[in-house]
Amino acid sequence: MITLAHFLGLGAVLFCISVAGIFINRKNVIVLLMAIELMLLAVNMNFVAFSHFLGDVHGQVFVFFILTVAAAESAIGLAILVVLFRNRSTINVAELDSLKG
Amino acid sequence: MTTELALFYAFAAVTVGAALGVITVKNTVHAALLLVLTFFSCACLWLLLRAEFLAIVLVLVYVGAVMVLFLFVVMMLDIKTDSLREGFARYLPVAAVVAGIMLAQMLALIGWNAMLQVPAPESDGATLAGVGNTEWLGRALFTDYILPFEVAAVILTVAIVAAIALTLRRRPGVRHQDPSRQVLVRKEDRLRVVKVATEGKEAGK
Repeated sequence: MITLAHFLGLGAVLFCISVAGIFINRKNVIVLLMAIELMLLAVNMNFVAFSHFLGDVHGQVFVFFILTVAAAESAIGLAILVVLFRNRSTINVAELDSLKG
Repeated sequence: MTTELALFYAFAAVTVGAALGVITVKNTVHAALLLVLTFFSCACLWLLLRAEFLAIVLVLVYVGAVMVLFLFVVMMLDIKTDSLREGFARYLPVAAVVAGIMLAQMLALIGWNAMLQVPAPESDGATLAGVGNTEWLGRALFTDYILPFEVAAVILTVAIVAAIALTLRRRPGVRHQDPSRQVLVRKEDRLRVVKVATEGKEAGK
């Protein structure tokens, strides 16, 4: 029988994969953005699973808002990426050090 | 094993495999396409959870819009992947350890016993309310969550404005039309009526 823990486990696995992705692709901004999208997907999976198993609509409403904000975030993030590439001709995170932080 | 459980394992395997591909493949275009596969199989899993509206929204918004935007950007930018891959092998052990510990902690919290104890409800909230999933979600969205809904609309508008303002550029040397200056033009600035003295009748012959 399919249970809540199945979906929570899948969400945890997806989240850890995206954390590992942020570690190993720390030079490539595009893959970093994709890993963030993956992370949001893992959280959304948990929300939808809880919403179904508890019979509560609020989890699905939250997923709706997370999708909205994630779409806005990726649009702005990619716009920044395009401007960055236009100015520096690279998207290597290690070379983006003009702020000297 | 019920059909539902078999479907869950099939979709979950595709999701996890594609997600692993996203973070490991060399080509960024392939990573974006694998992310599309991840989103799509996740939408299938959400259908198993009877969240039809969100599953369709995930396909429409993510696969249809966000991932196409990703692919556009990846293909527009001329990215040399070799320098971006350095450090991949160096950080792999750290990433595996951190992700493995996180996964162990989360699975311990979720608990393997819970796998046996919490069964799926016979009917979900939408069925209990006597409506479909979309109507169930829509009623909550337009009553309790009307203000956050409007704020979400504002956020999307701000995102459009910000994305356009960031990427819009005026190249020097390229001629543009400026409508506000065009409509401000007056006849006196452009047109000069010159009185030309007419020649005599002999010239006309």
